[in-house]
Amino acid sequence: MLEAIDLECVRGDRTLFRGVSFTLRGGDLLRIAGANGTGKTSLLRMVCGLLTPAAGQILWNGVRIGELDDEYHADLVYVGHLNAVKDELNAVENVLIAGRLAGLSPAPQEVTGALRDFGLGGYEHLPCKLLSQGQRRRVALTRLRLSVPRSLWVLDEPFTALDTAGVNLTRSMIEAHLACGNIALLTTHQEVDVAATSTHTIQLDS
Amino acid sequence: MNPSLSFVARSVLSRDLLLALRNKSDVANTLLFFVIVVSLFPLGVGPEPALLRTIAPGVVWVAALLASMLALARLFAADYADGTLEQFVLAPQPLGVLVAAKVLAHWLVSGFPLVLMAPVLGLQFGLRADELLVLVASLLLGTPVLSLLGAVGAALTLGLRGSGVLVPLIVLPLCIPVLIFGAGAVEATASGLGAKAHLSLLGAFLLLALFFTPWAAAVAIRISLE
Repeated sequence: MLEAIDLECVRGDRTLFRGVSFTLRGGDLLRIAGANGTGKTSLLRMVCGLLTPAAGQILWNGVRIGELDDEYHADLVYVGHLNAVKDELNAVENVLIAGRLAGLSPAPQEVTGALRDFGLGGYEHLPCKLLSQGQRRRVALTRLRLSVPRSLWVLDEPFTALDTAGVNLTRSMIEAHLACGNIALLTTHQEVDVAATSTHTIQLDS
Repeated sequence: MNPSLSFVARSVLSRDLLLALRNKSDVANTLLFFVIVVSLFPLGVGPEPALLRTIAPGVVWVAALLASMLALARLFAADYADGTLEQFVLAPQPLGVLVAAKVLAHWLVSGFPLVLMAPVLGLQFGLRADELLVLVASLLLGTPVLSLLGAVGAALTLGLRGSGVLVPLIVLPLCIPVLIFGAGAVEATASGLGAKAHLSLLGAFLLLALFFTPWAAAVAIRISLE
């Protein structure tokens, strides 16, 4: 269970939002909406523990995330708006190292399979600098497929740069994740209907 | 099934070495800078053997120090720019260990080549065999300290404009003792005093830096990412 209590975000001397609270249980999806610059990414980074809230706290299963630290990170996958994909490495190498960093030990065949499922068959061994923006996004999202046991997915604009097929694949992956009783948070500007037992929406406005 | 900490550290190390292998020009730049600076001195100062032997330790050490400062900008910058550093912070392993693995990889491609090159350059200055040996030993102990201290500076200045100038400003004062004892070790050998004390002190610096700087750099990274 993920709880956020009265979060406040201050960037520079501007208060982006205050009083944001939510409680998410297994199977819940939280969708964060709002115009550009209203703090959607900041909120997601707070939930990951990358950003310290100016006020309020975030609890994972009742414990502050700062106290859990690595234990919390072992339950979390974050796909930010930066892809964390290295131009010089190929897709397999990128996903392998990302998986290992995340504390998983995927086999190379497993990674190749996951990349094929994501429509990157034939591109696995090309340096990622030769891939298009959408293909790189797919490489970044392939991490999710390896991170099946992770119970909290935090996705910042997962659908950007993806084509319709990519959006559908990502959506069905998120739906499968939620159907297993896990939690997902996402921001998106696209109208993508992700089926969930219950969908919460937070509207951030300046 | 979770991989062990050493496995993750090793995969970070091998990833960084692989990246260096695919960006060979970056690695060559540091080494080339070192070779050029050191080689210019005999040409500029003149072929006076006694003078060259006197300035050799200082010249090689200053050049090594500047070359490692030059390489520092690359340590975290690329990982910061493409979001990989966020994933490092979110990895369920202690960030300090991952940082240590990165610094080791960085030293292997930017510091270790300098150590290997130093005896060849020392020959230009007419250093004796025992002096060359001490020069290599002092660089072997000293250059990792420079990389470790530099990691803290590089982490503190992530995402800042003009960090290329800022890092040396922060790190150089801390590197001065390494420079003094590194160059001093060779001078002490030349004057027949023996370099044991100098090398022991360099070893002590290395141990201290190994123990403290990865954690300091880890904290600095967390701050820079906020």
